[in-house]
Amino acid sequence: MSSHATTYVSFLEAEKGFKSWLTTLDHKRIGLMYMATSMIFFMIGGIFATLVRLELMFPGQTIMSAGTYNKFFTYHGAIMIFMFIIPIIPAALGNFFLPIMIGAKDVAFPRLNLASYYIFIAGASFAVLALMLKGADTGWTFYTPYSIRSGTSVVLVALGVFIMGFSGILTGLNFMTTVHKLRAPGMTFHRMPLFVWAIYATAIIQVLATPVIGITTLLLIMERVLGIGFFDPALGGDPVLFQHFFWFYSHPAVYIMILPAMGIISEVIPVFSRKHIFGYHAIAYSSLAIAFISFVVWGHHMFVSSQSDLANMLFSFLTMFVAVPTAIKVFNWTATMYKGSISLKTPMLYALSFLFMFTIGGLTGLFLAALSVDVHLHDTYFVVAHFHYVMMGGTVMGLLAGLHYWWPKMFGKMYPEIAGKISWALIFIGFNLTFLTQFFVGYLGMPRRYYDYPVQYTSWNIASTIGSWFLFAGFLLMLIYFVKSLFFGKRVAEAANPWGGKTLEWQIPSPPPMHNFAETPHVTGRPYEYGVAKL
Amino acid sequence: MTHGEVTAGTTHVVPHHFDSPEQAFEASKLGIWLFLVTEILLFGGLFVVYIIFRALYPEMFHEASHHLNKVLGGINTVVLICSSLTMALAVDRTRQNDSPKANQYMLMTLFFAACFMIIKYVEYSHKFHEGLLPGANFTFEAIQHPKTPLFFSLYFMMTGLHGIHVLAGMGLITWVLWRSNKGQFSSAYYTPVELVGIYWHLVDLIWIYLFPLLYLIG
Repeated sequence: MSSHATTYVSFLEAEKGFKSWLTTLDHKRIGLMYMATSMIFFMIGGIFATLVRLELMFPGQTIMSAGTYNKFFTYHGAIMIFMFIIPIIPAALGNFFLPIMIGAKDVAFPRLNLASYYIFIAGASFAVLALMLKGADTGWTFYTPYSIRSGTSVVLVALGVFIMGFSGILTGLNFMTTVHKLRAPGMTFHRMPLFVWAIYATAIIQVLATPVIGITTLLLIMERVLGIGFFDPALGGDPVLFQHFFWFYSHPAVYIMILPAMGIISEVIPVFSRKHIFGYHAIAYSSLAIAFISFVVWGHHMFVSSQSDLANMLFSFLTMFVAVPTAIKVFNWTATMYKGSISLKTPMLYALSFLFMFTIGGLTGLFLAALSVDVHLHDTYFVVAHFHYVMMGGTVMGLLAGLHYWWPKMFGKMYPEIAGKISWALIFIGFNLTFLTQFFVGYLGMPRRYYDYPVQYTSWNIASTIGSWFLFAGFLLMLIYFVKSLFFGKRVAEAANPWGGKTLEWQIPSPPPMHNFAETPHVTGRPYEYGVAKL
Repeated sequence: MTHGEVTAGTTHVVPHHFDSPEQAFEASKLGIWLFLVTEILLFGGLFVVYIIFRALYPEMFHEASHHLNKVLGGINTVVLICSSLTMALAVDRTRQNDSPKANQYMLMTLFFAACFMIIKYVEYSHKFHEGLLPGANFTFEAIQHPKTPLFFSLYFMMTGLHGIHVLAGMGLITWVLWRSNKGQFSSAYYTPVELVGIYWHLVDLIWIYLFPLLYLIG
């Protein structure tokens, strides 16, 4: 098949015009719309992060007032969490690839899928409107009673989160149904790619946890509008109850963020090691295990908020227990690479960065799960560093691995490999410079969230801020080469499989045709059969 | 069956990504059950608040509960159970290709739902009048316990959220009634009626928990 004369119509060209995108029911187009939207929010959130870091470069006022700082770090957190890192992998890449990877023509409910996108946009609009009005200065956690008293637009932000929650619930519900009911003939659960397992485990959390943030934000709104008093000590309520409600969702939510990234790593590592994945079943079921354990660890956010000793001990034990399925994954990925023929292309570099930085993030999580250590570290930058090592060193690295891996599949265009590697190097160095320093400065006692800090922490903060510039430069370069490749990139051959992937999405043309498969595929083998048999 | 095929007896087209009408129906059923799980978790948050505050202030809950109207609450329980019955009959009649009868049952369901909302309105306006309002707006003076406003916050949050679900259900029933009236459903395709029915039973079921927990603990 020649590369210049395409013999089919791709989903990108099947319909023309702006309206055909806004009204599309195609899971691939909806996925790309999510991707574009969330990436814009990633840029906005990233700009706020850079500004916050710039302010913290020196003690005292550097570029903004304390009030502005409180708003900016709230915007950074709320935008990154609710509008970028929760939707980006499941709703964007998951939407695009989950149906293809199980041999389906679409998700189970395509119209609901489009509705989810518009619900997301509606929720995000409320949140953005709030930022334009009086903003919010509560941090992304909206802790009561401050969030009840704050003079900022907390109601609108909470309403935005409430609405965006529905979008996540409906997406999760759609994916679960798709996996159960739309697998191609022969695509048994144990033949599903591990990315699908990860998205499935994520969908379970989305369906079971997100309604709880729904009722929590609803009660917070009512708290401000009607003064219902559940979380307000002045009216007989309990502010720690809010923390329990909030973290009952938000702790499982960090697994909504990390599990899909783990799924991408499970795809990328076998492909770029030319090896069958080691421990397929262990990786698949550890995703489910993480999803279930994620529901019983929320109390570790309240070790220093008047929780009982018994509860603290139980939550500490359960939290450490999460390390077991997580370590199972890390060891299996490492074992997959053993004696593999490793190709260090950009996606693999990001996958290896994930292993390195996520392991640091995960292990420091164990420090924080230990009760006595947490008392010292809880309100310091150590937690900020831990969280960013998991979320950025983990999820964002996984996302970038997936973006580069699937870029030729999604658009039929190749990204430039050298620019990709330079950008990776900038991000890798920048990330570690920004956040490794925060482990130290946190351990030395620098409190988190604060606008100002004692002079002895200055040098660490200067280093961290310089790191953020490397990150900024790395992402800017990536934005430029990705956009450029869309317009001027080398067209990959229609039947090309640049990485030699064995999963179903690589067996169809790039970019995929409108209905994915000309004929429903019949699956006869497992997804990563390198050196075993030809598919 | 290939995609795009018209199911016998209706104008319904099986969506292209399904292999058969059965697969489409099964997927929709799974979808609605998962949705109900999320509804239960949404209300679950309120039930947790209820458990915590009732455990903290049991005597206040008992006393405050006496100020709810048991008779009207009881009538509403009967009304909703009747509405569930008529909805189930409507689904059954649709499945038996008896749309005229199904439409009558759906109209009855709507009637019961409207009765429920009217009775709720009477109860609410009585509470407003007495000053039995949520939290900070509470002005009723005959109960001494200082935490009493919390009970009425719960009462209004739980029954209010439930009431919104009743209204949503009425909208959905009206929609399937309108489609049924146009002859779009038969034994070959009745998914929307079935799904709305399942949703309606949940709305009924939640009330069956709310009624004793709020009205009958005094």
